[in-house]
Amino acid sequence: MTQNAEHILDHSELFRGDEYQQMLAKKKALFENPHDPADVDRIKEWSKTSEYREKNFAREALTVNPAKACQPLGAVFAALGFERTLPFVHGSQGCVAYYRSHLSRHFKEPTSCVSSSMTEDAAVFGGLNNLTDGLANSYNMYKPKMIAVATTCMAEVIGDDLNAFIKTSKEKGSVPADYDVPFAHTPAFVGSHVTGYDNTLKGILEHFWDGKAGTAPKLERKANNTINFIGGFDGYTVGNVREIKRIFDLMGIGYTILADNSDVFDTPTDGEFRMYDGGTTLKDAANAVHAKATISMQQYCTEKTLSFIKGHDQEVVAFNHPLGVSATDDFLMTLSRVTNKAIPDALEQERGRLVDAMADSSAHVHGKKFAIYGDPDLCYGLAAFLLELGAEPIHVLSTNASKAWELKMQALFASSPFGQNCRAFPGKDLWHMRSLLFTEPVDFLIGNTYGKYLERDTGTPLIRIGFPIFDRHHHHRYPVWGYQGSMNVLVKILDKIFDEIDRKTSSVGKTDYSFDIIR
Amino acid sequence: MSRADNQGVAEIKARNKQLIDEVLKVYPEKTAKRRAKHLSVHEAGKSDCGVKSNIKSIPGVMTIRGCAYAGSKGVVWGPIKDMIHISHGPVGCGQYSWGSRRNYYVGTTGIDTFVTLQFTSDFQEKDIVFGGDKKVTKLIDELQELFPLNRGITIQSECPIGLIGDDIEAVSREKSKEYGGKTIVPVRCEGFRGVSQSLGHHIANDAVRDWIFDKSAPDTSSKFESSPYDVAIIGDYNIGGDAWSSRILLEEMGLRVIAQWSGDGSLAELEATPKAKLNILHCYRSMNYISRHMEEKFGIPWCEYNFFGPSKIAESLRKIASFFDDKIKQGAERVIAKYQPLVDAVTAKYRPRLEGKTVMLFVGGLRPRHVIGAYEDLGMDVVGTGYEFGHNDDYQRTAQHYVKDGTLIYDDVTGYEFERFVEKIRPDLVGSGIKEKYVFQKMGVPFRQMHSWDYSGPYHGYDGFAIFARDMDMAINSPIWGKTTAPWKDAPQPSLMAAE
Repeated sequence: MTQNAEHILDHSELFRGDEYQQMLAKKKALFENPHDPADVDRIKEWSKTSEYREKNFAREALTVNPAKACQPLGAVFAALGFERTLPFVHGSQGCVAYYRSHLSRHFKEPTSCVSSSMTEDAAVFGGLNNLTDGLANSYNMYKPKMIAVATTCMAEVIGDDLNAFIKTSKEKGSVPADYDVPFAHTPAFVGSHVTGYDNTLKGILEHFWDGKAGTAPKLERKANNTINFIGGFDGYTVGNVREIKRIFDLMGIGYTILADNSDVFDTPTDGEFRMYDGGTTLKDAANAVHAKATISMQQYCTEKTLSFIKGHDQEVVAFNHPLGVSATDDFLMTLSRVTNKAIPDALEQERGRLVDAMADSSAHVHGKKFAIYGDPDLCYGLAAFLLELGAEPIHVLSTNASKAWELKMQALFASSPFGQNCRAFPGKDLWHMRSLLFTEPVDFLIGNTYGKYLERDTGTPLIRIGFPIFDRHHHHRYPVWGYQGSMNVLVKILDKIFDEIDRKTSSVGKTDYSFDIIR
Repeated sequence: MSRADNQGVAEIKARNKQLIDEVLKVYPEKTAKRRAKHLSVHEAGKSDCGVKSNIKSIPGVMTIRGCAYAGSKGVVWGPIKDMIHISHGPVGCGQYSWGSRRNYYVGTTGIDTFVTLQFTSDFQEKDIVFGGDKKVTKLIDELQELFPLNRGITIQSECPIGLIGDDIEAVSREKSKEYGGKTIVPVRCEGFRGVSQSLGHHIANDAVRDWIFDKSAPDTSSKFESSPYDVAIIGDYNIGGDAWSSRILLEEMGLRVIAQWSGDGSLAELEATPKAKLNILHCYRSMNYISRHMEEKFGIPWCEYNFFGPSKIAESLRKIASFFDDKIKQGAERVIAKYQPLVDAVTAKYRPRLEGKTVMLFVGGLRPRHVIGAYEDLGMDVVGTGYEFGHNDDYQRTAQHYVKDGTLIYDDVTGYEFERFVEKIRPDLVGSGIKEKYVFQKMGVPFRQMHSWDYSGPYHGYDGFAIFARDMDMAINSPIWGKTTAPWKDAPQPSLMAAE
């Protein structure tokens, strides 16, 4: 018998026992109608070839293992960044169960969000009643200060008009007439989660700045000296936003974080469940119109939002998930220019420490080949940092990136001697990446949890940076922006490099002459 | 608040009724009226739990339910390992259900098995406008080229497919013919259908009937010689290896498991199932439909079983054996006896740490009732339970075989209700899903995910019971729960004392 009360075996060990192994072998031989192992091997080897790669890249209809999610996920993420705001997704309810699970699995935190639970009858007659009843119920039950509505693909296909529906719902008394219900149309068949973030943030700002859907006068801009900061869809939002606040405070800048969800995704365990915590206040969201400028850390997450803000006479600046020395320099110098505040010594010292760390360690990264995938901005930031370390980001792939992103990436590669053999792949998925890793191998892969399948198949060690990270804990608590965040990223990369050296040299009496304790 | 504390059942009932009244107060009148039907206190001797079920969730509440797509792709079809399951529609549904249910399987992933891959038609605006049939037709050609060892394909419809009127049945027929009778199954599991994932299970069962059974005559499909002891495991999704720690017991008692539905299952096993002498059904909710169909059409009897905890396992082994001859009956006794030392050791170790602890459950499928026996084997007391998507027959089974007088029952509980109930009752453990986990842990209440076994498992069978017992102990008796309040909170603050 395999199991033992004194030493209980988990699934990872239990099924390796003889009894189970024999049982599974018998199941396969007798009942599964398995393929000839020679055929399995043949196809497996073929799937690693250039011939397979060519067919794989020729596909037009099939997507396998995409590195993107759908719009409403980004909508929920953005809405949770406002004070006592309940995200409300208009459409079928299963979607919301998925968004809540997905975000909770990454952050290990509760994710509050409701749906209008549309079913067949709503598909035929439209979802107005669901929205009206739903707003009334959430308003009474969860006492939010604001309900931010977004749509699913279902509501979009049947053509539900949120502006009209919310108006009608208010007329029917579901929520008070002056209650804040900003909205955004976020069809899942357009863009990805970053588009949903963009649409929702724009929707919320539009609500406050442009007269609350015709129910209030438009705000008149009275320029002040504060700046707005937008993080974008970011799996590191907890660590990153706090790091950015620290930097702003060091510089003495007055700021508003737009969609600050750093607290709601990091509430304490102290006996109380906080459904709402922190967040940009509604007053600050409205007053953000008066800011001098808006800075976005992720261009491709905020295209529509920035264009909207620019239309309100603010300067807008977009970065691409800045990482490393030069990108952080740019970020700080831009802050300094826009706010007329000097960059303090403390930050200059942090810069020096990052440079120090890179000088100490770059020998281990220099010349190494990397593959990267993820959201377009993250890919850009990571690639730029690798080039700075003398590494080569050979394949950079982003399922939700555009042709314009590709050009920008290629320009980045062209700017560095280490970028000469590097290529950007917009619109491709992780099955494409698999072919790339087999036919043009690299030393390391950087990406989210799903990359572990690629690591297993191709043997390329995975450095987990991105969203979602389900199978490692608490990475989101550590920033990846700024000099200190870059240090965290550097350490992640180095840890994997050293682990690999140890793994490859640990064989006793064979390779362990290089099993060093000093590096 | 345990019943072991001598609290009378009458008192518990009164408290629970008051709790229900309290949570209903927060809703608008119409909603309160509707929700009232789903909340109850169990009265012993009643034929069901006194709640309405399988009714639409109320808009704007935090329901824990999913959708028909989740029921079909996520539960029934997704674990069939040698077929490719296309999430047909926009990217999200496939992405969120990718690898999240831990349906363990053995195979060469991406070559002859495909469970942990995400195949999607990734609908774009033009597909909504012009329809997706052409895209999925082409997609099937691409699958055939890139994944030539797939044994079959299913098309799992997401919301837009039904709304724009795509004809995935025609596509399936046409492509099946083109590929020499290949099994291609269209499944109309659009997320807006029905009130929860439950309808997705039913639709998926019907698709097996129409597109697998009706295509292949039962006597031609399987290559093996039948034996008098052939059974099929129905409704076990092999989460953390559950079906394996179940299968081993059945084989040890002398039965032959010719198919697993659907965890670690294969198309060949689906096709061979009509040759079974008995279908044994674990998750009644998700697969009773196809079991009833096989009974009607092929004359195969089915029986339910419960492999959580030694009491129910022994009871179930004997029940299954009762369909067979003495050889199997003796086999069942032999298996029960063989594992008794393990049961004794596990109980001796964990029962003293868990005796009298109270549990509140809220899960899907069979678990709101089936796991109660396992808790009782450890001396624990389930004081509240409810189903995400149960039907009346689930509540009947619960009332007649599982819950005690006075148990709080909540169907399709809303986040608000569940939080209030737990806050007031303060059970020693809550068992529910990922969406609930962190809410209750923040409140300082120990928690186990009872959908996915919190990344542990298996929990089925005797081997699984050992893990179950260990996990409950580790959750409840973790030292961390003694630290949720800062020590200075217990003592009066100096400033407050001064103020007094």
